[in-house]
Amino acid sequence: MEERNLIEAIKALHDGPIRLMEVCGTHTVSISRAGIRGVLPKGIELLSGPGCPVCVTPQEEIKQAMDLAREKETVLLTFGDLMRVPTRYGSFETLKAEGSDIRVIFSPFDAIRIAEENPGKRVVFFSVGFETTAPAVAATIVEAKKWGLKNLFFLSAHKLIPPALRTLLEGRRVLIDGFILPGHVSVIIGRKPYEFIPRDFGIPCVITGFEPQDILEGILMLLKQKREKRAEVQIQYKRAVRPEGNPRARALMEEVFEERDSRWRGLGLIPLSGLGLRENFKEMDAQRVFDLKDPEPIPDPPNCKCAEILQGLLKPPECPLFGKTCTPQHPVGPCMVSSEGSCSAYYRYGDFHAG
Amino acid sequence: MCLGIPGKVLSIKDEMAEVDFGGVKRTVSLLLCPEVKVGDYVLVHVGFAITKLEEEEAKETLKLLEEYLGREELD
Repeated sequence: MEERNLIEAIKALHDGPIRLMEVCGTHTVSISRAGIRGVLPKGIELLSGPGCPVCVTPQEEIKQAMDLAREKETVLLTFGDLMRVPTRYGSFETLKAEGSDIRVIFSPFDAIRIAEENPGKRVVFFSVGFETTAPAVAATIVEAKKWGLKNLFFLSAHKLIPPALRTLLEGRRVLIDGFILPGHVSVIIGRKPYEFIPRDFGIPCVITGFEPQDILEGILMLLKQKREKRAEVQIQYKRAVRPEGNPRARALMEEVFEERDSRWRGLGLIPLSGLGLRENFKEMDAQRVFDLKDPEPIPDPPNCKCAEILQGLLKPPECPLFGKTCTPQHPVGPCMVSSEGSCSAYYRYGDFHAG
Repeated sequence: MCLGIPGKVLSIKDEMAEVDFGGVKRTVSLLLCPEVKVGDYVLVHVGFAITKLEEEEAKETLKLLEEYLGREELD
């Protein structure tokens, strides 16, 4: 169906104010870039939730990785999005400029090659990401164990989406009428882990793809559930998402990682919302090998509203720093740093529609 | 960060596939999708295929929605 027809169908179904939340940085960018807020009828409000892994990683987890990077004979590897995230103690980028060996990798597999090429150094991969990314890291850890690499370590800051959604809903600070659920997280976990949302909270959910047409279809399906007074988890993104997810990927995650309590920027400590390495992989677990303690929380910069923005309580233009002291060139908070942060998406695409 | 790039599998060797992303070729791990065959379309995230793409499913979704739009207009 063409986008024009989808918009017509949305208009036909829309009958009153409705607030829909997405929880995926790729949706955030796609919605702003395609100008979807501007073509929807007034009253359909699109919110961004805690869907950007870089944005929800608290400063203290980044600082812990920075402290490791400062050690002698250490190579710290991470994903590019994290390089510029400012903490009270600088960023990976500033640390690299001071001489620390910090490298950006595109695939976790690169870590194995770099560890092999640098036998005299200890190589630490600081890995972040949701369920989409964690299986790739798990597969890498299993391979690294097979290879018997002695100088490769993993500092896991992986987080899980469903516990964060539960915390957000139990907090009852933001009213949500429907969830545009993340397509690629769901490729891995399937439909089941979200079923508590319609069951316990009566909120419709649609697992949605990333093309503008997918997002419009997802919105249409949510409106239809609401109109028919149904609440269930539907899959719009059927070309990629199976109801059962990817069992092989989940089995690898399960083999390597165990759930742990984890702190999220904006949401605080969430029980069993993070992933740490299991005992069986302890020789590669940076936390165990380097005896890292739970880091002390670091407060956000004054007036930075990332915490509220990550919960959908405020929109980026409502932050007093937005576009003034905080821009993509000089970001204050993580939502402006990551290309997938809501502030960055609003700023770059001039997305100031009220709806 | 959860970007997934679709590509077509050209060849497979030792759980690694050569994948064509609209002209750019890259080697991709099949450890998360061992069932993938040459000619399949896959979604790739951080160097790993995470799912096989089903074109038929996509068409099916579109068909359902078209039917639905038609019905709405009749209402």
